[in-house]
Amino acid sequence: MSANNNRRSFLTASATMAAGAGFIAIAPGISLIEVSHARPAGEAASKANRWGMLIDSNKCTAGCDACVKACSTENRINEQVADPRQRSQWIRKIDIKDKASGRQHSLPMMCQHCAEPPCVDVCPTGASMKRADGIVLVDRHICIGCRYCMMACPYKARSFVHQPLTEQNPEVPRGIGCVESCTLCVHRVDKGQLPACVEACTEGAMLFGDLADPNSEISRRIAQEATTQVRADLKLNPGVRYQGI
Amino acid sequence: MTTILSARADTPKFWLLAAIGALVSAIGIGAALYMEHHGHSVTGMNNQIVWGLPHVFAIFLVVAASGVLNVASIGSVFGKTVYKTRGMLAGLLCFAMLAAGLVVILLDLGRADRIMVAATHVNITSVFGWNMILYPGMFGIVVVYLWTLMEKRMYPFSKPAGFAAFIWRLMLTTGTGSIFGFLVTRQAYQSAVIAPMFIIMSFAWGMAVFMIVQKAMYRWNGMTLHPQIRARLKNLLAVFVGAVFYFVAIYHLTNLYFARQVEFERFILLDGGIFPLLFWGGWFVLGTVLPLILIFTPALSKMSGSVTLASLFVIVGAFCQLYVFIIGGEAFPLDIFPGMTTSSSFFDGQVDQYSPALPEWLLGIGGLGIAFTMVVVGVRVLKFLPEDNIAKLQASGALAD
Ligand code: SF4
Repeated sequence: MSANNNRRSFLTASATMAAGAGFIAIAPGISLIEVSHARPAGEAASKANRWGMLIDSNKCTAGCDACVKACSTENRINEQVADPRQRSQWIRKIDIKDKASGRQHSLPMMCQHCAEPPCVDVCPTGASMKRADGIVLVDRHICIGCRYCMMACPYKARSFVHQPLTEQNPEVPRGIGCVESCTLCVHRVDKGQLPACVEACTEGAMLFGDLADPNSEISRRIAQEATTQVRADLKLNPGVRYQGI
Repeated sequence: MTTILSARADTPKFWLLAAIGALVSAIGIGAALYMEHHGHSVTGMNNQIVWGLPHVFAIFLVVAASGVLNVASIGSVFGKTVYKTRGMLAGLLCFAMLAAGLVVILLDLGRADRIMVAATHVNITSVFGWNMILYPGMFGIVVVYLWTLMEKRMYPFSKPAGFAAFIWRLMLTTGTGSIFGFLVTRQAYQSAVIAPMFIIMSFAWGMAVFMIVQKAMYRWNGMTLHPQIRARLKNLLAVFVGAVFYFVAIYHLTNLYFARQVEFERFILLDGGIFPLLFWGGWFVLGTVLPLILIFTPALSKMSGSVTLASLFVIVGAFCQLYVFIIGGEAFPLDIFPGMTTSSSFFDGQVDQYSPALPEWLLGIGGLGIAFTMVVVGVRVLKFLPEDNIAKLQASGALAD
C-alpha cells in the first residue's frame, strides 16, 4: 500500500471512527483524535491511559477478513511459510458456534492485552512486558525464544517466528527465533492513530479507546451495555472486550 | 580399589566409548546449529506444539538427574551404608544429566545465542526464572557433596551436604513440575498433583538410570552385585514404579471427576491416536507392568539382566509418559470459548498433528550423548565404582534380611 493510500484510508477511517467513537470534531476534517492520545517522542507511556478495544461480533461478518489483511500489511506479516502451522498470525478470524443453541458468530481474536498477563508472569527474561498504558508487548531484543509465554497464553494469541524474515516495517521490529503478537499497533497509537485493524473495519465492529477514561466512548459503552471478557474465569482483566457472544 | 576400569589395559575401550559419546553429542549440537541457522521451520514444532521432542528429552534428563541423587541421599541422610558407597556415582550421574538436559533446553531456544541475556535478565515471577537459580544451585551443591564424599577430611560434612542436596533437589523437581503446573490455561496441566508426581517420577527414573549404569560398570569390571544388595535396590525401584502409577492414576481420576476435563481425558486415554497408544502401550504396559513382573516374578527376577531390563523398560515408559504429557497436552485444543466449537485459519478447535523432525531427534539423542560422555569420562577420571565391602556389611548386620 502506498503512503498516499495509507494516509487516505487513515483519514477516512479516522473521520468515521471519530464520529463512531465519539471523538469531538473541532472543525470539518479535523478531529480531536490525534491530539487526544498522541504521545510526544521521548515521553513514557502513561498509567493514565489503558488502551483497549471493544469488538461487536454482531457487526462482524463471517468471511470478512479486512482486519486481518490490514494487520498483515501494516506489520508486514507476509512471509511465505511452507507449513501453515508455523505461520505467524497476530490477528485471526474465529468462527464460533454455540454447542447448545447452534448460534454462530464470527469475530477477530488477537492478544487481549490483559491487565494480569500470564505471558508476562512466566517470561524468564522479562521480554514479555506490559506498558504503563496496558499494551502487552514482547521486547524482541530480550526474547530468547523459549515459547513459555505461548504455553501460558489462554488465547493462543502468540506466534513464534520459525524462519528468517526480510522486508520489515522499521517501526515494527520482528525477528527469527522470537515470539511476537499483536502490539495493538503501538507505533500508530503513540502517534495518535488507530490500530490498523480498527481502521480497516468498515462495519464498525471494532472500537478502540481508553478504558481508563470514563468519558471515552469505549468506557461508556462498557458501562452501559453487556460486554464479555473471553475466559473471564481466569480473571486476567483483558483490555479487549466483546459484545454479542 | 581393584577397578579394572582405571587399568591401562582398558584404555582403548575407554577411548572408544568416549569417542562414541562425543560423536553423538557433536551430532546433536550440529543439529541445533542447523535449527539455529534455518529457524525452527526445519522442526515439526509449530505455533500450537511449541514444545516438542527436545523438551521430552531435556525434561527426562533433568528430572532423572534429580532422582538419581536419591540413591546418594538414602546413604548420606539416612545413613544406609549400601547406598553410601553409591553416593559418588549418583552425584556424578546427577551432574551429567542435569548439564545435558540444560544444554538441550538451551540449544532449542529460538535465540540460543542470547544465553547471556537469559542469565542477566531474570524475572522472578517466572517459574523458568526460579529454575535459573535452582539449576546452578544444584550443580554447586552436587560438587560440594561429591567433594565431601571423596576427600577424607571433608567426610564429616557429607551428611549436611547430602541433606542440602536432598532438599535442593526436591525444590528443583518441584520447580520443573511447576513449569507445567502453573499453566492454568491448558487442560493437561491444571492439576495440583503435578509437582509431587514429578518428584516421584524423578525417583523412579533416576533409580532406573542408576541401575543400568551400575550394571554396565560391574560388567566392565567382571564383578557381580551381591544378591542381597541387588534385591534391595530392585525392590526400591519397584516401590517407585508403583508410586508413579499411583500418582498418574490420581491425576487422571481427578481429571475425570471434573466435567470440563472429561473430553481431554477421552483424548489422552481413548481416542487421541498416538497418545492413548503411548499411554497404555508405552507407559502402562512397558513402563509399569513389565518392570513389576520382571522384578516380582521369582523365576524372572533371579535371571541375570532382568533388573537391568526392568530399568530399561522404566525409562522407555518415562519417555512415553513425557511425550503424552507434554505433546499430548499441547495437541489438545485450547478451550478459548467454553461451550462453543471454534474454527479458524490458526487451527483453533483442532487437534494438532505433530511429527518430530530429524534435527529434533538428533538434538535430543545428542543430549543423552552429552550425559553419557560426561559419565564415561567422570568415572574414569574420578574412579567411581560403587564397591561393597560385603564382609563388613554382613558383620554390621546391614545385609540381614
Ligand atoms: S519466548 Fe520470549 S517473550 Fe516468550 S516467555 Fe520466552 S523469552 Fe519471554
